[in-house]
Amino acid sequence: MSSKKNPNAKSDVANAGSEATVINLYAAAEKIYPRSTFGFFTKWRWVMIWLTQLFFYGVPWIEWGQRQALLFDLEARRFYIFNLVLYPQDLIYLTGILIISALSLFLFTAIAGRLWCGYTCPQTVYTEIFLWIEAKIEGDRAARIRLDDAPLSARKILKKGGKHFAWIAFALWTGFTFVGYFTPIRELGDAIVNMGLGPWQTFWILFYGFATYGNAGFMREQVCKYMCPYARFQSAMFDDDTLIVTYDEKRGEPRGKASLKTDMDKSKQGACIDCSLCVQVCPTGIDIRKGLQYECIGCGACADICDTVMDKMGYDRGLVKYSTQHAINLGWNHTQMLRHILRPRVLIYATILSVLVVTLLTSLMLRTSFRVDVVRDRGVMARIAEGGMLENVYRLQIMNATETTQRYQLGASGVANLKIESDVADHDKTVTVNPAESRWIPVRLQIPDGSIKSGSHPVKFEVRATESNEIVSEKSVFLVPR
Amino acid sequence: MSDFTSSFWPIFITVISVGGVIGCALLLWLTSKIKATSPNGDNTNGHVWDENLREMNNPLPRWWVWMFIITIAFSLFYFAAYPAIGTYAGKLGWTQVNQYEQEMEAANKTIAPLYAKFAAMPIDQLAANPEAKAIGERIFMNNCAQCHGSDAHGSRGFPNLTDKDWIHGGSPEKIAETLTNGRVGMMPPMAAAVGSEDDVKNVANYVLSLSNSSHDATRAAAGKEKFAVCAACHGADGTGNQAIGAPNLADNIWLHGAGEEAIIKRINEGKVNQMPAQGAKFSPEQIHVLTAYVWGLSNNEVK
Repeated sequence: MSSKKNPNAKSDVANAGSEATVINLYAAAEKIYPRSTFGFFTKWRWVMIWLTQLFFYGVPWIEWGQRQALLFDLEARRFYIFNLVLYPQDLIYLTGILIISALSLFLFTAIAGRLWCGYTCPQTVYTEIFLWIEAKIEGDRAARIRLDDAPLSARKILKKGGKHFAWIAFALWTGFTFVGYFTPIRELGDAIVNMGLGPWQTFWILFYGFATYGNAGFMREQVCKYMCPYARFQSAMFDDDTLIVTYDEKRGEPRGKASLKTDMDKSKQGACIDCSLCVQVCPTGIDIRKGLQYECIGCGACADICDTVMDKMGYDRGLVKYSTQHAINLGWNHTQMLRHILRPRVLIYATILSVLVVTLLTSLMLRTSFRVDVVRDRGVMARIAEGGMLENVYRLQIMNATETTQRYQLGASGVANLKIESDVADHDKTVTVNPAESRWIPVRLQIPDGSIKSGSHPVKFEVRATESNEIVSEKSVFLVPR
Repeated sequence: MSDFTSSFWPIFITVISVGGVIGCALLLWLTSKIKATSPNGDNTNGHVWDENLREMNNPLPRWWVWMFIITIAFSLFYFAAYPAIGTYAGKLGWTQVNQYEQEMEAANKTIAPLYAKFAAMPIDQLAANPEAKAIGERIFMNNCAQCHGSDAHGSRGFPNLTDKDWIHGGSPEKIAETLTNGRVGMMPPMAAAVGSEDDVKNVANYVLSLSNSSHDATRAAAGKEKFAVCAACHGADGTGNQAIGAPNLADNIWLHGAGEEAIIKRINEGKVNQMPAQGAKFSPEQIHVLTAYVWGLSNNEVK
């Protein structure tokens, strides 16, 4: 197929008549040359690109006290998120965030289709940025097609080389930033300047940079079409009241070429003038006029370009627009359509989502600044100490989840005359734990021998942070031998 | 040495791994020859379900085919380099044990400067050094606490390390020696040498009297003479001999249980008690730090 002549056209078999066509099962990808767009949705897309990328490239540089504000220290297994320090034990919060993310995806998809895909998905965002660089260097769609068709020349080498140089530089910066989330980014910058980069840092900067370069520069829509799992199951979350980018077939058909000079017989021809601009701007290379397709990432580029055409032609806007299947089929107006967006499914998603968000935030707020684990020594059941005391030995693991040195007061209750002793504690039964560290504290519980009957008695350790007055209790048992 | 328990498993693994790769290659090659036809000429394969669902013949992108080929090439390289096919060890000679040893070596290298600093410090300074103390504490918790208790106070048969009573000597040198080479405490059965059952009971009471524990004074007096056989090791006054690991009987610390009954049992049956050697597990520098920690447990006046 001469894809160069008509690069955005899909396979033409649909028009090939009724004879059987032979299809090769392995096909080379056709290159898509999306045309630049402008308009309402494009503006929003750029707003989202700026927001997400300012966040991505900016946040690692924020300092918080003595450290990076956002740092996922995998080696030390500490996640620093501003004043919050998370430990492997806090994995439940990650689960919470993942569930919230998934539910948000359900909610947004039920309301307005692939909002995520069109506006915030890194694949879309980086493709958009790379396309912008491409358009700045090589020119817009027609110029790019011409350049690709042109024979090799100094100008072509310069343009292509310049583009790849800019792409690679941007991709490497992306890789560097990515690794900067896992190792302090300023030290990482120093390491690069001094050629002192570790093997893993080098690998991940290059790997992530290469992935950005390859995905945003070359794979583009192929990722959405063939690799992305979300693209495959999103249709399960759509219903007839989901906002999707649609072509108003009733209004547009029958389509036909027309210009401002043409005096059209409105009864014979629809509003679609078949300018094919909606196909040219599509980043996945589909024709929205064929209806909802799985390749459609819902970016609204076709709606934007169509509106400008409608403006020029002096027609009403919205031949291609965000609408719902019901609104299109039943001819609803805007208010009717919006009323149906608040349907039980959406309300249930929204309710569950807000409950989860509130729960997660509450549990993060109520999270104690330290943890305690109690392990009873297994080597000995009980022993007689000086002064006729019967004692049991325990280890308390106290984990200081704050970033300052903390003092903890030990206490125990549950049995009459219970005394707590520890060689490492001060006279007022307090121990010191370094910032963001955990420490094993050996402690002894003592009772006067013979004061209670033999067997297992439940006891409770109470550890109080002297600074914050938070108390953590842990259960254990006190054994009295026969 | 083969890690397999029967010759079936290496064959099984080889068949699965090599067969899988060959199967993938065959599948790729055979399907590349298929040409799908579209009877309606609209890129669908002609099947219709549920009124209007039709299946399209969308071709697999060619770059994806290349990914498969790269994966197959990688597998073949992997089979050659690593132990993936049955008992074949692979060209690189990789093993888990090697990897573990390499990682341990690398880890020891990173902590070597820290230990080098500690190795140059005398025990009493080291025992007061908070950093060394924390390291010693961790080594103790992970390796010694199982027997001596988390608080190092020991229990029956396992000496208390926080008191001043040392069976084999509590100097830093002696502690390091105990840690490195271990100790065997051997009390022979003495019933025959002591005499009759009554004699044994008398000696036991004499032993109790040495530490002013509750005892029968007449029996103790009678047992004094027979204690001579015990004095060979424990000394005439029963204060023990650290050179041969004979415990002090004149204090109130009883490793294997206090009271007449427990002492009689020891005289009759003797006791072999062992502290395992740790020298193979730790470097001399680590032993040094651990020694300082253990020594510090009973030499910690400043608290």
